[in-house]
Amino acid sequence: MADVAIRRRAQRRLDLRYQPGFSTLAILCLVMLYAPIIVLIVFSFNDNRSVSVWTEFSSDWYVAAFRNEEIRAAAWISLKLAGIATVVSTVIATAAALATTRTRAYRGITAAYLVINQPLVVPEIVTAIATLSFFALLRSEAGIYFGFGNLVLAHTVFCILFAYMPIRARLEDMDLTLEQAAADLYATPWQTFRRITLPLLVPGIAAGAMLAFIVSFDDVIITVFVAGPGETTLPIYIYGAIRRGITPEINAISTVVLAVSVLFVTLFYFISRR
Amino acid sequence: MSQSAGISLELADAGRAGATEILAEQEKLLRRRRWLLLSPALVAIGVFGIFPLFIIVIYSFLTPGEYAGVNWTFSTDAYVQFLFERDIFDEATLIFNSDYLEIYLRSFLLAVYSTVAALIFGFPAAYFMATRPPETRNLWVFLFTLPFWTNLLIRTYSMLIIIRDEGIVNMVLLWLGVIDRPLVILYTDFAVALGLLYSYLPFMVLPIYASLEKVDFRLVEAGYDLYASRFRVLRRIIVPLAKPGIVAGCILVFIPALGAFITPMLLGGGKNLMIGNLISLQFGGSRNWPFGSAAALILMAFVMIALMFYVRTTTRERRHLHG
Amino acid sequence: MATERSAVEARDVTKIFGHGPDAVRALDNVSIRIRENEFFTLLGPSGCGKTTLLRLIAGLELPTEGEILLEGERVGHLPPNRRLVNTVFQSYALFPHMTVRQNIAFGLEMRGVDRATIGPTVAEMLQLVQLSGYENRRPSQLSGGQQQRVALARALANHPKVLLLDEPLSALDLKLRQGMREELKNLQQKTGITFVFVTHDQEEALTMSDRIAVMDRGQIQQLGDPHEIYEQPVNRFVADFIGDTNFIRARVSSLSNGQARCRSGSGLEFDCSAIGSARAGGEVTLALRPEKIRLGKAERSAGAGKVVHATYVGTDTNYVVELGDASQLDVRVQNALDGHARFRVGDLVAIDVPAGAARMLVD
Repeated sequence: MADVAIRRRAQRRLDLRYQPGFSTLAILCLVMLYAPIIVLIVFSFNDNRSVSVWTEFSSDWYVAAFRNEEIRAAAWISLKLAGIATVVSTVIATAAALATTRTRAYRGITAAYLVINQPLVVPEIVTAIATLSFFALLRSEAGIYFGFGNLVLAHTVFCILFAYMPIRARLEDMDLTLEQAAADLYATPWQTFRRITLPLLVPGIAAGAMLAFIVSFDDVIITVFVAGPGETTLPIYIYGAIRRGITPEINAISTVVLAVSVLFVTLFYFISRR
Repeated sequence: MSQSAGISLELADAGRAGATEILAEQEKLLRRRRWLLLSPALVAIGVFGIFPLFIIVIYSFLTPGEYAGVNWTFSTDAYVQFLFERDIFDEATLIFNSDYLEIYLRSFLLAVYSTVAALIFGFPAAYFMATRPPETRNLWVFLFTLPFWTNLLIRTYSMLIIIRDEGIVNMVLLWLGVIDRPLVILYTDFAVALGLLYSYLPFMVLPIYASLEKVDFRLVEAGYDLYASRFRVLRRIIVPLAKPGIVAGCILVFIPALGAFITPMLLGGGKNLMIGNLISLQFGGSRNWPFGSAAALILMAFVMIALMFYVRTTTRERRHLHG
Repeated sequence: MATERSAVEARDVTKIFGHGPDAVRALDNVSIRIRENEFFTLLGPSGCGKTTLLRLIAGLELPTEGEILLEGERVGHLPPNRRLVNTVFQSYALFPHMTVRQNIAFGLEMRGVDRATIGPTVAEMLQLVQLSGYENRRPSQLSGGQQQRVALARALANHPKVLLLDEPLSALDLKLRQGMREELKNLQQKTGITFVFVTHDQEEALTMSDRIAVMDRGQIQQLGDPHEIYEQPVNRFVADFIGDTNFIRARVSSLSNGQARCRSGSGLEFDCSAIGSARAGGEVTLALRPEKIRLGKAERSAGAGKVVHATYVGTDTNYVVELGDASQLDVRVQNALDGHARFRVGDLVAIDVPAGAARMLVD
């Protein structure tokens, strides 16, 4: 047994890319990333109220959460919001990707990039208060108030970037000569777009939609500031609940939200692999 | 160029038109179509993402309204308030007040600590992923990036419940007998730094992974062939090649960490305020929108500096490579 | 000849990419006429402009100056989907999300051809390229050679007057490439379509073409049939690019009736056709193919050359012969019937260049 281990270690030393300690740190990293979440999930099934002492398995908290009117309403609002924001932002992002990819640099393209990448360069808290101020101003000075639409607009704006990235990546990978071949075979520009470009782009668009959905569904900061009364999303509900005090229902509902994110990310990965 | 050639359908009858005119015409059509496609994105983000930033610039020079919002009177009070407070007895005297500066300094330090920590953990993690065999590599990437897409609030909350006095970390340590009283971890600067590291670690791992993946390991072979040690190969060949990813990762961690809100709110209690909390307070209980706007703009100034530093580093790199 | 309508004509075509000091002049005042039913090849090294010219004919680029005509009609303003030419791309550009059948049918669909006709046409094309039965495969399921034949079928399905081929064989391995050369040549003769073929491989050009245009740096260096190009290169570039050549500096000793006698620094004498600018006493460059030099055993060392290198290549041996003035000549001599080389390193050889073997080049 011992010499098998020695041989394996020697083999590893021979591997040019081996760096001592890196694998350990990497695994440690992974453990660190998942441990708190796993604890959360495990204790959401805990029988007693404590979040550190395990008694026995129970799904009571899930039942309680499901029965809770407020939680159901919040879930519905989150889904509605994310759904609309996803659709709108994906369409806009597709158009933007078509206009900014596979062309040589033209005047204004850097400015366009900066605009699209705005969520990455501006901290979310700043965007949140700026958006709040803007809507407040619109309402007080011009009487313009979109109600739920305010929230939708705010979400759509930051979702555009996340839908944009996979679409752009997919477009860049696409073989330019395919469209030339289509033109050579008598397709008009519109036919080329509809029969060649778009079908090949669909996985990218779907992936972008997944990302946009997750980002909208999970958003906290901007939503907290911009949401009006009756527009409590699931994250807002959880945020409020945490500040009121830690209860096991929070664990249950958090696990559900986590599950939704995981589901969409997994879908995203599958679509991207195609 | 095929797109441009396709558009000249409209010029079918321009049989005698010179080539330059046709090219110019096509360019114009192409440009129009391009901006048409871009306009929804530009309008949406411009109006609802960028224009509001100008609004808070203006707000920062106004005075607070009664309940919320602003009064349209010009004043630099918000900025003055940042560094000074007015003597209660004599309005005109200004006394230096370091409270807010401390908050900014603390935020800066916390952001730096978490960036450094993220680098220490993130680089090996990215390296590990990049050196996995291609079949399993995607799985590792999936595992490392999954937390990135989950809800920040929930992740921070999960960290909160394990570092509490009654949390799992303390329970285990007590049970092992390592300590006899719970360690106070929650509501300290350390907790916030830990939370920031936890939240933004994937932001560091991904760009470095992207850089490392492109590294041609035959260069590493050449390094060994030329008698370099493992460490030297790392320092002199691998790290420089991964530099774009490292710089990008640092920026992607530092900027959100600087403006963090949820993490200090949940893990810092009311005491260890960061810039994000300060701003939020002004738009909440403190009802001082101008000051909140000013604080936000000062934060943005620091972000801009960090970005300019990033741009300068990357363009210098590019100039190195392309001479 | 002037009244005969060309299948493809380029008139004074210039193409410039980019602007300012970094602008690239890909084509410089190029004019050619390609005849109907001809297998015409554009040959040259990378960057010579051959692919650019092809793309101008296809309509994927527009000329900066000059005109492209198809069957006598100006087509400069027509986009590629309005020109009756089809292209076989270097990377094949098969639509990955469509089957072989859908790929081949694509051009017909776009032109609104009646559905009832499409089916038989596709079947006919598949048979032509020997891929019957592959209708429902996807490009990713095909080998390189099969993909190439689908690309061919897709283009031919539209019965174009002119077929453009952009280095279609470069991605194939040697054996396949040689087989495809034959197939393509046969296809062209059978269908009677004008083929415009782009390649950098001179052997390909020589074996397949009716006429070759040798190009370099955006200009046509020489236009002619393979025999002309090989035997009568007009300048150094063409002589060098096609086959192996010796370049010899010589002085014109006498000139009469378009014939010149020249003498090189090493003492060799050459009889060849004079080019217009040749003057008695002037210096010229001669091109001499290695296989046109005759070697014989030398009796005495005066005026002889010495073999300093011999490389066996099967049917022949390539010798490097050093001359009196230390210059060297590449000579190729067929081996003796028993397979052995006729000469060895160190042998003294007498060099004989038959009249007309050397070509005087335009400098």
